[in-house]
Amino acid sequence: MLGKLTWAAIPFDQPIVMIASGTVGAVIFALLALVTVKGWWPYLWREWITSVDHKRIGVMYMILALVMLVRGFSDAMMMRSQLALAAGGAAGYLPPEHYNQIFSAHGTIMIFFVAMPFVAALMNFAVPLQLGVRDVAFPVLNSLSFWLTAAGVLLVNLSLFVGEFARTGWLAYPPLSEIAYSPGVGVDYYLWSLQISGIGTLLSGINLTTTILKLRAPGMGYSRMPVFCWTALAANLLIVAAFPVLTATFAMLLLDRYCDFHFFTTNLGGNPMMYINLIWLWGHPEVYILVLPAFGVFSEVVATFSGKPLFGYRSMVLATMVICVLSFMVWLHHFFTMGAGADVNGFFGVMTMIIAVPTGVKIFNWLFTLYGGRIRFTVPIYWALGFMVTFVIGGMTGVLLAIPPADFVLHNSLFLIAHFHNTIIGGVVFGVMAGYNYWFPKAFGFTLNERLGKAVFWCWFVGFYAAFMPLYALGLMGATRRMQHYSDVHWQPYMLVALGGACLILLGIVLTVVQLVVSIRARHVNRVGADPWNARTLEWSIPSPPPAWNFARLPVVEGTDAFWAMKQGVGVPAQRAEPEPLAALHVPRGNPTGVMTAFFAVITGFALIWHIWWMVAFGLLGVLAVALKQAWRTDTEIAVPVEEIAAYERRHVRHGASV
Amino acid sequence: MRFAQQLMLVPLTLALASCGGGVLDPRGPVGRAERLILIDATAIMLAVVIPVILLTLAFAWWFRAGNRHARYLPNWEYSGRIEMLVWSIPLLVILFLGGIAWEGSHELDPPKPLISSTPPLEIQVVSLDWQWLFIYPTQGIASINKVVVPAGTPVHFRLTSASVMNSFFVPQLGSQIYTMAGMTTQLHLLADHEGTFQGISAQFSGDGFSDMKFDFVATSAGEFEDWVAASRAQGRVLDEASFVELARPVHARGPATFAQVSRGLFDHIVSGHIVADPVPQLSH
Repeated sequence: MLGKLTWAAIPFDQPIVMIASGTVGAVIFALLALVTVKGWWPYLWREWITSVDHKRIGVMYMILALVMLVRGFSDAMMMRSQLALAAGGAAGYLPPEHYNQIFSAHGTIMIFFVAMPFVAALMNFAVPLQLGVRDVAFPVLNSLSFWLTAAGVLLVNLSLFVGEFARTGWLAYPPLSEIAYSPGVGVDYYLWSLQISGIGTLLSGINLTTTILKLRAPGMGYSRMPVFCWTALAANLLIVAAFPVLTATFAMLLLDRYCDFHFFTTNLGGNPMMYINLIWLWGHPEVYILVLPAFGVFSEVVATFSGKPLFGYRSMVLATMVICVLSFMVWLHHFFTMGAGADVNGFFGVMTMIIAVPTGVKIFNWLFTLYGGRIRFTVPIYWALGFMVTFVIGGMTGVLLAIPPADFVLHNSLFLIAHFHNTIIGGVVFGVMAGYNYWFPKAFGFTLNERLGKAVFWCWFVGFYAAFMPLYALGLMGATRRMQHYSDVHWQPYMLVALGGACLILLGIVLTVVQLVVSIRARHVNRVGADPWNARTLEWSIPSPPPAWNFARLPVVEGTDAFWAMKQGVGVPAQRAEPEPLAALHVPRGNPTGVMTAFFAVITGFALIWHIWWMVAFGLLGVLAVALKQAWRTDTEIAVPVEEIAAYERRHVRHGASV
Repeated sequence: MRFAQQLMLVPLTLALASCGGGVLDPRGPVGRAERLILIDATAIMLAVVIPVILLTLAFAWWFRAGNRHARYLPNWEYSGRIEMLVWSIPLLVILFLGGIAWEGSHELDPPKPLISSTPPLEIQVVSLDWQWLFIYPTQGIASINKVVVPAGTPVHFRLTSASVMNSFFVPQLGSQIYTMAGMTTQLHLLADHEGTFQGISAQFSGDGFSDMKFDFVATSAGEFEDWVAASRAQGRVLDEASFVELARPVHARGPATFAQVSRGLFDHIVSGHIVADPVPQLSH
């Protein structure tokens, strides 16, 4: 009746797991109770859960990512404290079977359910506003994408309490992830949650690519798009090209595990190395999917707070697209040690290094954007400067690892761990934090607390160096990744410093929450108009928070930095003098398709993991029913009368907006 | 942020000072060549990276909004010369490093024999859950979790796995290489100093991974002969049956030797004629 699911799946004998999941359960229960008692369900359902507004979806991605950051970071704290203890003969407090799940979950969660939703949040929120349009191309699909990501999140977290998570590392290399070596449900949790959220990501990529290619404000040609939109375009093209590879690879591993196929087994013609090639064919573009939008944020932030246009716009766009293309030609550098031969290794080594050229160009262009600026030291520019200083170090160690003979001694070492955290924290996280502080007033109409924002920055910045510089050193000493204990006691001081750094970052995360709470409480004092930063792009020309329809009149764009030009009164004579009369317009109606599909997807995924076949059929039927209902929908839009728009515009002008 | 920079330098200095046992303390030509590449490439890149970091901080400071002496160029967004410069600097660095990468990749290709007047010692390596088996086909002996070689003699490893993938790595000797079931990789190493160097698996392979270590012992030629003789005298035979027995998953097994190895055992493992039962991890 319940497949492989029995009471034995609940880890009653593991106090850490039971306390953790008990706490999480209690918090969720308290939240649900609060929402019920306060009667917030109708509001939440109508305005958020079923919302197809790209701004709301962006905010929900952000919340999801922040919550999962806490989960992923608890894993990090457990790993760091385990390694701070387990020196010499000591075993630490986490046995291998538990520790191995923790580092696998840490990587999986941080990449798929923290970094990806963070980046998706910023792209969803800002891209349509920067393009000067009223929504993404497919609003309902956008909601579905978000909820499928949330479904993946739910399944991954369920593995904490029901069953186990993969013990294979975050990419689940076969043959270790094959049924012969990992017969438990851990790898199945991994595969199904990523398959479900992966579909969401792919749909989101199609959606944003279409939006950028087909929906732009009148006059906004490609050469006038803000750089953040260019980087978002590059990232979403990469999603469209790379995520099907991931889905296909996982599908083959699933066939191996469920149907006794032999794609990646060690016998009967299978070849595990094929999986490693395929997964990195997705995996390397994936890091650019994350970091390119962060580069876009820095471009906006550096230009805005320097009070100058971005230096070398065309170079910047060219560099972005060069990175986009090259990122598909470097995957083999993740396994030079497979023994592919000197020519193959040499080729991929050189290709990898070539990516450093456009990346270097970007760094120089930001540098020359600062030059001649009048720099206002706000929180976003702190993150941007911290990024420029930190990322060049990560880039340097990356080029080092791209030299095959250097990689032969550094592959899989803690040096590698330090390198990719250097680029992902120093690049993606810093970029997301910059974007979060930069666009927050646009999303909510009030600014985030500046002092706490700077405190958060210093915690992350110093914490990062303290946590990962020792790992560079340990890697050079021969420490490899994923070890649960080590014999050389000389490594322990470095591990302790790294733990200290992690604690600082933890403080940074706590202060992020404090900053949010303090800022919300002070929202009436911190209220701002449309353009609090004296910024350059179109999102700052509309009220904060923007109305559901974003732009009452679609802006006419006549150059880069369209809003800056409007503020200077350059090139927009007609429309400034005599604005077009307002017209009634339509906004898409809230739609439960996304959340309902995700609901049935969770049921299907859970049933597949536990081999509960009747429930699989039930879940799939549910998905089908929701899809059919959506296909025969009738009423999809709400008409907004011109009076409402006019009233909103008047209110907005009274709040002291600059346009 | 200045203090953060100093903070960065501390671990690097510490690493150089206390690198005993690591890849910066090599005991053979392969490791030494790789260390040289590491240091050269780092130095070349630091020549660009350090100025960039300093310029970032300097520009940010000088062009702060409060500085009345700084010139504000609100519309400056293009300079052909600077564009030329910003594309050429990384391009030149990468041209140079690309050369190092291509050359190094060929010079230090793991299957490439080392130049030496001494003929290489043949050793076959099989990674198991979670131990290392070393077969000496010429001597006809085998050893678990300990590999003994004469210092100064190049060693030719042929490697495979009877289980999941691992990576064979002796940090002080240089290059690591994957061990993969059904496939053979090759690696040439040479220890030119006597001593015991720790070998590890550098590819996660399951619950016993952290203890999957071996001693790489480089001794004098005489002591090596003595060790071979002692291993032969001790009597255990490694054939198909005892291999399957040996291949059962085990944590942290101490070193052991076999006096005799059945002919072609390694090749039979590679071809899949001998299959070690994958005894799965226990579910919790």
